[in-house]
Amino acid sequence: MTGQAPGARQAYAMIELEDITKVYRMGSVAVHALKGVTLRVGTGEFVAIMGASGSGKTTLMNIIGCLDLPTTGRYILDGVDVRRLNDNQLAAIRNLKIGFVFQSFNLIPRSTAVHNVEMPLIYAGVNSNRRQLAMAALEAVGLGDRAKHQPTELSGGQQQRCAIARALVTEPAILLADEPTGNLDSESSAEIMKLLVQLNSEGRTIVLITHENDIARFAKRIVRLRDGLVISDAQQQRAEASA
Amino acid sequence: MKLIEALALAVSGLNANRLRSALTVLGILIGVAAVILLVAVGNGTSVQIQNQIQGLGSNIVYIYPSNAKVGGVSQGFGSGQTLTQADVDALNDKTQAPDIVTAIPVSQTAGIMVYQNQNWFAQTSGSTQDFAEVRNYDVSAGAMFTDSDVRSSAKVVVVGQTVVDNLFGGDPNAALDKTIKIQRQPFRVVGVFASKGSQGLGNQDNIAIVPITAAWSYLQGGRGKNISQIVIQAPGPDTVKAAQDEATQVLLNQHKIGDPSLADFTTQSQQDILNSATQITGILTAVLGAIAGISLVVGGIGIMNIMLVTVTERTREIGIRKAIGARRSDILLQFLIESMFLSAFGGILGIVVGTGVSDWLATAKIGNGQFPPPVVSIPSVLLAFGVSVGIGLFFGIYPANRAAGLHPIEALRYE
Repeated sequence: MTGQAPGARQAYAMIELEDITKVYRMGSVAVHALKGVTLRVGTGEFVAIMGASGSGKTTLMNIIGCLDLPTTGRYILDGVDVRRLNDNQLAAIRNLKIGFVFQSFNLIPRSTAVHNVEMPLIYAGVNSNRRQLAMAALEAVGLGDRAKHQPTELSGGQQQRCAIARALVTEPAILLADEPTGNLDSESSAEIMKLLVQLNSEGRTIVLITHENDIARFAKRIVRLRDGLVISDAQQQRAEASA
Repeated sequence: MKLIEALALAVSGLNANRLRSALTVLGILIGVAAVILLVAVGNGTSVQIQNQIQGLGSNIVYIYPSNAKVGGVSQGFGSGQTLTQADVDALNDKTQAPDIVTAIPVSQTAGIMVYQNQNWFAQTSGSTQDFAEVRNYDVSAGAMFTDSDVRSSAKVVVVGQTVVDNLFGGDPNAALDKTIKIQRQPFRVVGVFASKGSQGLGNQDNIAIVPITAAWSYLQGGRGKNISQIVIQAPGPDTVKAAQDEATQVLLNQHKIGDPSLADFTTQSQQDILNSATQITGILTAVLGAIAGISLVVGGIGIMNIMLVTVTERTREIGIRKAIGARRSDILLQFLIESMFLSAFGGILGIVVGTGVSDWLATAKIGNGQFPPPVVSIPSVLLAFGVSVGIGLFFGIYPANRAAGLHPIEALRYE
């Protein structure tokens, strides 16, 4: 945690992307998914990255999430140049600095909610107060009473809240949410967005990938992608969490 | 990640697919049990053969004439007639051979015997009154013939239990003082040897012993005073070698042969026989173990197969784990431990089943004791268990490596 005052959030860049390109090889054809994206996300920001399918937003999220490395360009996450890291160091970055929230929840089946939340701590090598930390994270998302339930015994909204608890349990620098409400009904969606807004107001940096305007309006800043390039980047008045 | 976490993870993974895990364990179980059981059977055979050889008598050395040669062509084992009564007397001379307790001549002969309307064939030999002691036979009825019987070429015989079974309905006392015909010559039964308990090949109870003088006079049709072997007895296991060396020296002197390599006789101690038998049963055990080992390898392939299926099924889970910070080594360890857990568990159950069945076979006396009771060897148990764990490791590496090498994005996208 950087401990920056909210007013100075642009002073420290949590994410610094400089002229990022990504080229995939599909057989003999080279696909240019990103053609030079430059983006800074400061501490405590709530950014929505929007774009139609094929715009490169998923590729961008994979790179921000350190699941993939850019072909060219520089990516500095919380002061660390990601391109210099090996596989194990990238795993540690994903473990400690990034909290993932996926569209399809991606909880481990046949493991209880609390065990799912514990998982990142296991890989981080936390042993002593792991269970308490996991319970605290579950309680923070209002799921303390469902700790012993398996994913199949939870509603979609509850599963996603469990996934958010898992993302937060290692106190990551950023929360990376990829279409977090894509598989949820509108009521659960509102619930999840309310939770994200609340987490942001507590100082979390959140990057949200979405194609829905309804969801993006909860963010404070909207970055639009098209054909692998940033076409607009604007601050906006955040919608009320209750809306 | 701590090992205990990885173990807990592996157990929960296996628990999720109980039937599949159980069947995989079964494959290893059968392999390990088969190795233990078959090696135990090999060992049992070895022990049985050793007992039989030791039953031939204790601390004894056999001396055979060398193969006779006619025009440079060997006439076959024991065909020479180079051993004489004088040799036996020299071997019994304490000043020449202090480590030989007794030396007895044995003259083998045809053994077709008839009693009333029954006939039978037994290994029939002429020897002296010391035969019973040297060859470790007890007398269950009557008595061994005496020194005076030998001197007077008395037509008396001491028979083994198998002969009694076949000619006298099994009762040793019923055979006493009956006259049987051996090669049409009447011999009176004066004693019966107690059974040595061995059956089948090399039955030591199917014998008949007559005074060697009687054998020479009545049973060998003018072949002279043929001695087919001399058996000498040493005082104890430590002196067998000395007795063997003394016998060689005495006979070389007797036969006036200077170069031991030209000796016209061969000596063979019980230890020599035991060594060659042990060698043969060792090969038998190794072959049995190797055959069983094949099933262990098949079990290992079963593990590999199941682990590959598991990795494919859990591709998405692997992607999730990688996304939340699992390193390559964490995933590798998780799946390796799963496969080793399967094989080790199968190994432990295999030991239980293998030793259990071995013990049961040992007490069940299959085939009236003909089947050698299996003897479980501890090294084979440890080896089988070690190999099963090793197999889990070996056959687990490929699937685990495959899991660990998955790209997180691809894995997460997997449906």
